Amino acid sequence: MIGYLLRRLLAMAVTLLVICALTFAIFYLLPSDPAAQFCGKDCSAERIELVRQQLGLNDPLVVQFGRYVVGIFAGQTLGSGPYAVRCDFPCFGYSFQSAQPVWDLMMDRLPTSASLAVGAAVLWLLLGVSAGVLAALRRGTWVDRTVMVTTIGLSALPVYFIAMILLYLVVTVTGLLPYPRYIAFGEDPGGWLANLIMPWTTLAVMYAALYARMTRNSVIETLAEPYVRTARAKGLPERRVVGKHGLRPALTPVATMLGMDLGGLLAGALITESLFSLPGVGKLFADSLNKADQPVIMGITLLASFFIVSSNLVVDLVYAWIDPRARLA
Amino acid sequence: MTLLQVTDLSVEFDTAEGVVRAVRGVDFTVERGRTLGIVGESGSGKSVTSLAVMGLHRGARIGGSVRFDGTELIGAPEETVRRLRGRRIAMVFQDALTALHPYFTIGDQIAEAYREHHGASRKAARKRAVDVLGDVGIPEPARRAGEYPHEFSGGMRQRAMIALALSCEPDLIIADEPTTALDVTVQAQVLDLLMRLQQDRGLGIVMITHDLGVIARVADDVLVMYGGSAAEQAPADRLFADPRHPYTRGLLDSLPRLDAGDATELRAIPGSPPSLLAPPAGCAFHPRCPVYARERNPLCTGDRPALRQVGDAHHNACVLDEVTP
Amino acid sequence: MTAPLATAPAGGAGAADPATDSAAPASPWALALSRLRRQKAAMTGLAIIVFFVLAALLAPVLTAISGKGPDDLDKKAVNTYLGGLPRGSLGGISPQHWLGVEPLLGRDIFARLLYGAQISLLVAFSSALLITLIGTLLGVTAGYFGGRTDAVISRFMDVMMSFPSLIFMIALLSVARDVNRLLLLIGVLSLFGWPYIARVIRGQTLSLRHREYVEAARACGTSSGRILLTEILPNLTGTIIVYVTLAIPGLIGAEAALTYLGVGIRPPTPSWGQMIADSVLYYKVDPMFFVLPSACLFLVVLAFTLLGDALRDALDPKGSRT
Repeated sequence: MIGYLLRRLLAMAVTLLVICALTFAIFYLLPSDPAAQFCGKDCSAERIELVRQQLGLNDPLVVQFGRYVVGIFAGQTLGSGPYAVRCDFPCFGYSFQSAQPVWDLMMDRLPTSASLAVGAAVLWLLLGVSAGVLAALRRGTWVDRTVMVTTIGLSALPVYFIAMILLYLVVTVTGLLPYPRYIAFGEDPGGWLANLIMPWTTLAVMYAALYARMTRNSVIETLAEPYVRTARAKGLPERRVVGKHGLRPALTPVATMLGMDLGGLLAGALITESLFSLPGVGKLFADSLNKADQPVIMGITLLASFFIVSSNLVVDLVYAWIDPRARLA
Repeated sequence: MTLLQVTDLSVEFDTAEGVVRAVRGVDFTVERGRTLGIVGESGSGKSVTSLAVMGLHRGARIGGSVRFDGTELIGAPEETVRRLRGRRIAMVFQDALTALHPYFTIGDQIAEAYREHHGASRKAARKRAVDVLGDVGIPEPARRAGEYPHEFSGGMRQRAMIALALSCEPDLIIADEPTTALDVTVQAQVLDLLMRLQQDRGLGIVMITHDLGVIARVADDVLVMYGGSAAEQAPADRLFADPRHPYTRGLLDSLPRLDAGDATELRAIPGSPPSLLAPPAGCAFHPRCPVYARERNPLCTGDRPALRQVGDAHHNACVLDEVTP
Repeated sequence: MTAPLATAPAGGAGAADPATDSAAPASPWALALSRLRRQKAAMTGLAIIVFFVLAALLAPVLTAISGKGPDDLDKKAVNTYLGGLPRGSLGGISPQHWLGVEPLLGRDIFARLLYGAQISLLVAFSSALLITLIGTLLGVTAGYFGGRTDAVISRFMDVMMSFPSLIFMIALLSVARDVNRLLLLIGVLSLFGWPYIARVIRGQTLSLRHREYVEAARACGTSSGRILLTEILPNLTGTIIVYVTLAIPGLIGAEAALTYLGVGIRPPTPSWGQMIADSVLYYKVDPMFFVLPSACLFLVVLAFTLLGDALRDALDPKGSRT
């Protein structure tokens, strides 16, 4: 088990390194000049050259990459002489735009994205899984048909459409809620909740539809398994047959999918955040894109990869914990 | 009193393509301490019959009567049937790897049934599980009770499946192809185990199989099924000595025999099992029947023939059988 | 796995069998097709797809009839005193502008939707084609040859799937400035799309490789290339068709999302994503402008999902999942 974990962690590190290298290569090989970006608008050629030296942009790409990777863990000193800035672990460099450490920028925005992702996940799990289980247990009835028709329609709705309809109905027509803006949970829990309801719903609708369909198929497939028939043949009450012997294996793939989706969303739901102007990592990314703020784009790409890779690991561990057959290391 | 009496049992399913009549009008009885073998190809209705007795068909129309120890099960409240299932009628399924739950230990799966029916404590149920695992010849039962099905070998898994069936001391065991997935030597061990348990406990057994070798080894009475109904029914020794239905004869001819000379060739039955959706008119076997092929008798394509007594406790559904009193 | 209850054909000597008269020996494809034709949802989906494909192809003809091109400005159709809102109700629907006009510039929405359909479908179909080619090639190679080849390809797929694809696509699209956006978009979508189908194909190939008839072909000394072409690929066709159909709605959505975020198709080329991005600002005052492209997007995505689901049921009743 320990050996398996170590191997997985090593593979994870390698994957992240590859992603890091690719990201790095793309950004630093492409035409736009980071030094000019960093320097600002009215910059003389000499000043740009100075910045270039300060940022070490004249070094070979491999050296720059090595410095970047080592810098993440060991920290690094950027610039020299009076301009020198010490950047400590975890060091992802400084934003060209705001001159703030990229790490701090990301960590400032992470709670917003995490609030959005986790809240939406709770909502879509409650809605999607219960609808899916219900449809599977009432297979072929009007309940099943309603769930299937609704979910296939909802899953085809573009996310902007859902957001705009919600905004139009809830804010413009009825005025039930104000136009959402992010309020930190610590500041005002009620306001936090009220302002996140619409973004959560927007994100949850699409996922709930997907989860309902997947849950339904999984439950139907599992209830046809011979071991469920064995549970019935043992004389267990139907409640227990379905609840213990049927649902547990049926929901295992749902747990797997949840891990993947959450991993993908933690580093920001780009469209949802920009639709509702939520100051999350996704919004930061979109803003940095417009300003070609490469260190921030780099940092967010790595952060997002980290979330995805580690959620893969968590999913596999959880799987092994649920299903003993997967425990063979 | 007769342990299990099945009368005119029929099972129908509605499918997208139409109504499937999987079983039509089957009768049989099982006494304590005796074994009924039900033999037939896949699709002959033998497994469907066993699941109908257990009340495990969902969404099927079941007709006729199943009386277990004097209680009518068809049409009985689900709760009544459920309390009998696992407690007094237990089932041994074909492939123990898929029939046992992959997420729970063998011990837990056995203890669960025992607790359900006996209201025993967790500890007592656990002890019971270890005891029955020992009874079916699993070495180190206390340790193995804590293992998962995939950690067992095929033979040991089938023994565990039998232990699960035995845990609540049932009166009747329905074994659906219990040895099909096993090696020949292991197969013999598992059959011997079932026979020994039957002698010790006076169990009634229904042995469902496509393998006449298994029938010859364990059955007291035999029911041969074809296309959802009975083709022939007789005590085992009589059936093997004097098979009367062309299908039974075909089955026996396709079996290798040690006492046969080298000149005797094995003959397969031509064709494939009938569609249950649109079965042949009359005798379901007539399209493959060598007798019909020799002489096209209109009786064979009239009504589906019922069993008729053709000898002492010997019944045959072939319309061409000359009844010998 | 399941007992073949009634699946065995009533063949053999079933002379008196009424079922055999009508049921001529049907190929699996004909069987799947007839199963598909009976499903209303699948046929609806197919009809919607055909409708939009025709609309996209006939865009020049249709705009010639309507008399308004996608880039024709019509200042008379908008009210400059009201912030450039379309004149008339429902976003300016009139005999001149069948589906109204854009606010501000007064461009014809009907024409822009048609030309937008061209772009959206072109991007989706081309990347679907590329994804299928790459995914099948690598998936079959990994599954069939196994060993080191499989290890390398599988590892590569894992890495690709660990990429935060949307973020990476955006980053890639945003830094590449002076290239053909259309080609780049297709390239980027394909680059991150192929591992999903490759993984499924690999799994299927792996199980096919151990089937008796493949083993038999190999024992006869048939070359690998021939086995792949005659034994493996024909058996994968169903899976490939299903997965391509189900990948297309995702690709259409991704194109719209990327364009919406400002890194996809650039103006003045019309595309649905870009129309939606423009219209979001006007959702309160000119809902029609917003509803029309969204509805097109919704219908096409829905159509492909319906068809894909039905195809999966018809070609692959077990619903192969990984």
